[in-house]
Amino acid sequence: MAQLAWLVPLFPLASYAVLAFRGRALGERAPYVAIGAMALSALLGWGAFLEQVAGAPPYVWRAVWAVGGERTLTVGYTVDPLSSITVAMITLVGGLIFVYSVGYMRGDPYYARFFAFLSLFCAGMLTMVLANSFLLMLIGWEIIGLCSYLLIGFYFRRRSANMAQMKAFLTTRVGDTLMLVGIMALFWQFGTVDYHAIFEAVREGGESASAVVRLGGWEVPLATLSALLVFGGPVGKSGQFPLHVWLPDAMEGPTPVSALIHAATMVAAGVYLVGRAYPLFFYTPHHEALAVVAWVGTLTALLAALMALAQDDIKRVLAYSTISQLGFMMAGLGVLGYAAGLFHLLTHAFFKALLFLAAGSVIHAVRTNNIKEMGGLRRFLPVTFWTFLAGFLALAGVFPFAGFWSKDEILLEAYHHAPAVYALLSATAFLTALYMSRLVAYTFFGTYRGPAHPEPDPWTPEDYARAGLHPPHHGHGTPHESPRVMTGPLVALAVGSLVVGFVGIPGTGPEGGSWIHHFLKFEGFKEAGIHAPSFSWPLALRSLGVALAGIAVAWLVYGLRAVPSERIRAWVGPVYPFLRNRMYIDALYGWVFVRGGLLLAAGLRWFDVHVVDGLVNLVGGVTVVTSRLHRLFDTYVVDGLVNLVGWVTRGLGLLLRPLQTGRAYNYILVAAAGLGLIVLVSLWRL
Amino acid sequence: MIGPAHYLGVSALLFGLGLYGVLTRRNAVAILMGIELMLNAANINFVAFTKFVDPTFVRGHVAALIIITLAACEAVVGLALVINAYRHLETVNVDQVNLMKG
Repeated sequence: MAQLAWLVPLFPLASYAVLAFRGRALGERAPYVAIGAMALSALLGWGAFLEQVAGAPPYVWRAVWAVGGERTLTVGYTVDPLSSITVAMITLVGGLIFVYSVGYMRGDPYYARFFAFLSLFCAGMLTMVLANSFLLMLIGWEIIGLCSYLLIGFYFRRRSANMAQMKAFLTTRVGDTLMLVGIMALFWQFGTVDYHAIFEAVREGGESASAVVRLGGWEVPLATLSALLVFGGPVGKSGQFPLHVWLPDAMEGPTPVSALIHAATMVAAGVYLVGRAYPLFFYTPHHEALAVVAWVGTLTALLAALMALAQDDIKRVLAYSTISQLGFMMAGLGVLGYAAGLFHLLTHAFFKALLFLAAGSVIHAVRTNNIKEMGGLRRFLPVTFWTFLAGFLALAGVFPFAGFWSKDEILLEAYHHAPAVYALLSATAFLTALYMSRLVAYTFFGTYRGPAHPEPDPWTPEDYARAGLHPPHHGHGTPHESPRVMTGPLVALAVGSLVVGFVGIPGTGPEGGSWIHHFLKFEGFKEAGIHAPSFSWPLALRSLGVALAGIAVAWLVYGLRAVPSERIRAWVGPVYPFLRNRMYIDALYGWVFVRGGLLLAAGLRWFDVHVVDGLVNLVGGVTVVTSRLHRLFDTYVVDGLVNLVGWVTRGLGLLLRPLQTGRAYNYILVAAAGLGLIVLVSLWRL
Repeated sequence: MIGPAHYLGVSALLFGLGLYGVLTRRNAVAILMGIELMLNAANINFVAFTKFVDPTFVRGHVAALIIITLAACEAVVGLALVINAYRHLETVNVDQVNLMKG
């Protein structure tokens, strides 16, 4: 199976090609192509994964792509526990989201285009995961970024969607540029972009690995510098502080997109990359790059959780929650919890996809994103409610759901390796439970309030007419449950959100550890003598208590309304608007970068108009004056000379014309006279 | 004693007369006669120089014979031209033979 893994990204790519060229003709049948391709990928991906589970050795295939002097660029793919389990997760969650999209996007005039973009996204993501060099990874990474841009702006008639897609693209570009510089630094340092070669080099710590660069007055180890530059990519793509601003706005895309790209997989690419390139971060002096990762993650987790508290848009709350959880994963990886961070990546994919899809089902039913306009939906949407509840419990970290096991692992690692991180992450866990309970309380409990302004249709009648469809009419009074094609994936993901965590139960692996710890292990820990802390009940109970406390507080405020939220809002004063306005970070960026950029552009324009154009005009004017002078010179001097020659010739001609009589005896006379002259002269000379 | 100067004097006199005839006459036949005189002046020169400079080999005589032949040919062509001109133009006055003057 591992030998066939190269086919895994190619199926969605083929599906993309088919849908891109034949999509409109396929119409309603477009999803079959996409889902079929995804199913084939899933089959191969799971085959490879199960092979790894059974203990097959990692499979690496590489081929020379380009040769430049002594350096060669290779491409290829790796099937090892990390990549295979991620592929398995992507194909499963992605496939379920595809199925859900069949129902959610039905009747959309750009149905096939949607599935084409989703397929291309999966192709990029799978390429990125399976790649065994930074170069191929970067290719997949950029495809992911492109698809994110395309799908955020899928409702391209909406101005806000256009702004959001640009924001997402430009913000992630900042990180991507840093990463590109980082990859170049690695190539310069090690002469290769192959994962294996680079990781071996940093592990052995040879001469090239311990090089030092001077930045200003500081001596920075090159390894740390390139690791941090590479980390720029994950900061952008995984929405880490300070480049997190794009992710909440990315919710402008259709909800399945939010689930697939901005919750379950794409944003996980950054975390995956940190996991993949773990040696790069680990083998820096004192693991200093990992410390940076840990603190960026912790800060992100805490800030995003705070911001999530004050949001009213259901998808935005989930988006901030995603940022927060991604911060959790980064923090987990940063505090030497290699397996813990990646385990949380896997479980989070399931329950966050579930939460987004359930939110999509809610939005589908009530046609608004504002949780203040929902309420009491548990009676109208029973399946959505119960599945959302499963996702909520998993995210909050309640026993025995998946989030409990993975989050507990991270907290455990943090407790042992970085107590400060542990304290902040515990606070975040409390906030997570709080804002999610608030969301559930507003959405599913209480009474149905109904939207004041239902969201307008994203398309114009012309769009529908071109696709041969009729615009949908939303005339229903009460919300109703989504069709089975949408609830099916919800149920499947809800089951996943419960059982995926079971691989993290202590005792499922050898030596009393968990299975996932055994499956995803980083060899460097053993060499460095770092032991994974063993599961401890007091800590687990403490984190469970924190989660339950968060739920309880939220229940008091939003469920029972024992302390009305309005009173709390008045009590905290300016904190609420501060959080609601995203800590003014977006506004700051808007002022500094967007307005600054526009101002710079205006300044440059002024410079262009007045200075550059002025110079050009000056040159032009000088040229005109010079050419006028030149013309005068030409007319009077050059032409004058030519005319003078003409006049002289003519004058001479006039002068000599009488000599040409045409009478032979005249010529003879002259010849005779000349002869006579010659004779006289020669006589005189004698 | 008759020296080279005498010969050359006769020759120069003859040449001058011929030239004078060519320059002053308007009758084509008279001009041809003048040319004959000048050619014969040249003949006298050749013969005289043969006699005084190179009496062994009579190269000057040969040149004189060639010139006589040439003069005969010239007279034939010239007179033929004159006769044809007269037939066409009713004149042998060279001033009036100017059909080709631009």
